[in-house]
Amino acid sequence: MRAERLRLLAGLALALALVLPLLPLALWSLAHGWRFPDLLPQAWSLRAWGVASSAGVLGSLGLTLGIAAATTALAALVGLPAGRALGLHDFPGKRAVLLLLLVPAVLPGIALVLGLHDLFLRLGLTGSTHGVILAHLVPVLPYMVLVMASVFAGFDTRIEAQARSLGAGPVRCFLQVTLPAVLPGLLTGALFAFLVSWSQYLLTLAIGGGRVQTLPLVLYAYVAAGRNDVAGAIAVLYALPGILLLLGFIGRITGRDLGRVLRP
Amino acid sequence: MTLELRNLRKAWPGAGQPTIPGLDLAVAAGSLTVLLGPSGSGKTTVMKLIAGHLAPDSGEVILKGRTLTGLPPERRGVAMVFQDPLLFPHLTLAGNVGFGLKMRGEPAARIEAEVAAMLARVQLAGLGARRPDQLSGGQQQRAALARALVLRPDLLLLDEPLASLDAGLRDEMRALIRGLQRETGVTTLMVTHDQSEAVVMADRIALLLDGQLAQAAAPAEILRRPETEAVARFFGGVNFLDGVVEGAGFRWGPVRLALDRPGPPGPARLTIRPEAVLLHPGPGQLAAKVRGVTLLGTQSRVELALAGEPLTALLQPAAAEALRPGDTVAVTLPPAALWRLPG
Repeated sequence: MRAERLRLLAGLALALALVLPLLPLALWSLAHGWRFPDLLPQAWSLRAWGVASSAGVLGSLGLTLGIAAATTALAALVGLPAGRALGLHDFPGKRAVLLLLLVPAVLPGIALVLGLHDLFLRLGLTGSTHGVILAHLVPVLPYMVLVMASVFAGFDTRIEAQARSLGAGPVRCFLQVTLPAVLPGLLTGALFAFLVSWSQYLLTLAIGGGRVQTLPLVLYAYVAAGRNDVAGAIAVLYALPGILLLLGFIGRITGRDLGRVLRP
Repeated sequence: MTLELRNLRKAWPGAGQPTIPGLDLAVAAGSLTVLLGPSGSGKTTVMKLIAGHLAPDSGEVILKGRTLTGLPPERRGVAMVFQDPLLFPHLTLAGNVGFGLKMRGEPAARIEAEVAAMLARVQLAGLGARRPDQLSGGQQQRAALARALVLRPDLLLLDEPLASLDAGLRDEMRALIRGLQRETGVTTLMVTHDQSEAVVMADRIALLLDGQLAQAAAPAEILRRPETEAVARFFGGVNFLDGVVEGAGFRWGPVRLALDRPGPPGPARLTIRPEAVLLHPGPGQLAAKVRGVTLLGTQSRVELALAGEPLTALLQPAAAEALRPGDTVAVTLPPAALWRLPG
């Protein structure tokens, strides 16, 4: 009984922590002017949401989603074999590889951006969506590879030998035995990958050269222009995927789905 | 012969793993052959070479006249059961047992029928919808056996299938494996390091020592007529008598023993199993002094000195109860039980 109540409290606290910072933004998005001493806006308007649902902003939302999805898919494609190698085998230079993997996560973002920008310019990859996707892979891959490495460190390869000796070829063995076994880890890695790509600002700005307008770039433009109402609406849009993903994954992370946590 | 290994070789550059320096072995169709050896003798390497999880440096694996060397595991007709059940955690029990049939592309209705029949045979009827983590250790191991047997493979490989089970379950599983093997007639090669398990289960034992086939024979044969001292020692042989064969007898220090199969005259080494050494009260063939008695459980070990030479006997505990160190007992070494080691 006590454990149930604690769990309910924890669920509520989590929900509050997620929702509270969004509240002022949501209010801003609906305000028709909101001056200082007023606790709440005096007049309301849907004008900001009109801008936020314009073709330009929605296109930007779609682009951001597409870039994050593509980055995640590529990271999974690289992360699966790389994580397998790191998790299952000992080889000379393994520690160096792990260290190098961590560098993008440890390095100050601005240093990373400057170095990458120079490199991407030489390669002619700036100003394009695929260039931005490649650039996003740099901070995203460490998460994916390290998650997959820890998944494979606990993986018994004899289960693959077992599947093969029961008549499964290498492809079916991977799809029907290996993949289901590592799927929970892969989804966790993908969650991180998606969110890290989703929240990139500096990298997108530098590598995209202003031509790849993801949602954070649009959002920042409205903030800089002093349009708090539109910025509020876009910020709500921008925060939504993270919250939805977290709600969807909380079951996997805690071992139960949110409905069961919140049910008294 | 169903399975033949011809001069199978596997060496590891870095060592650490046992090397197979060239193994020849034949397994008769429908038999249960046990590949026996201490840990590190290369048994598991041999299994992997047969199953195709490892490529030999040279030599051939031939199953039913088909050369398997170079074929991937899934195309060998060899089903392997590992030491751990290794059930696929995301599939139900029925899904696990039907996995191989599904890989073969059998129709769903047929898979369902075969799986149900096989589950009944391993006493898991009605549990098909369970997840592996809802099964006990013994049930999981039976499921693993069912999953391999349902394929009716040309060869069934069992890699220490009892090692992960408790003693009680082990006897049950041992009987189940032996029963199912006889019933289905599937040619089986089983690996174990446990010589008593091998003796109980095998039609034929192939003893592997340091990657070499030391002897391959029926259990009774290998126990009573070991080809080398190492083979005898592996099966618990402790009595080795050095002396000289003269005519139909054997001169061992001051003692003369009668032999059934003396062989050519000259220096020889004899062995006799400790349980074949007979002790009896009163005067007998030979007189020996008791040096110590140890209760082992179902048997008692009696250390003797016979004309100054050590000799060990295994007796029923009740028969050894009255013996005290220093007692003199009469000993008989039956001629039929005395075996002259070749070479």
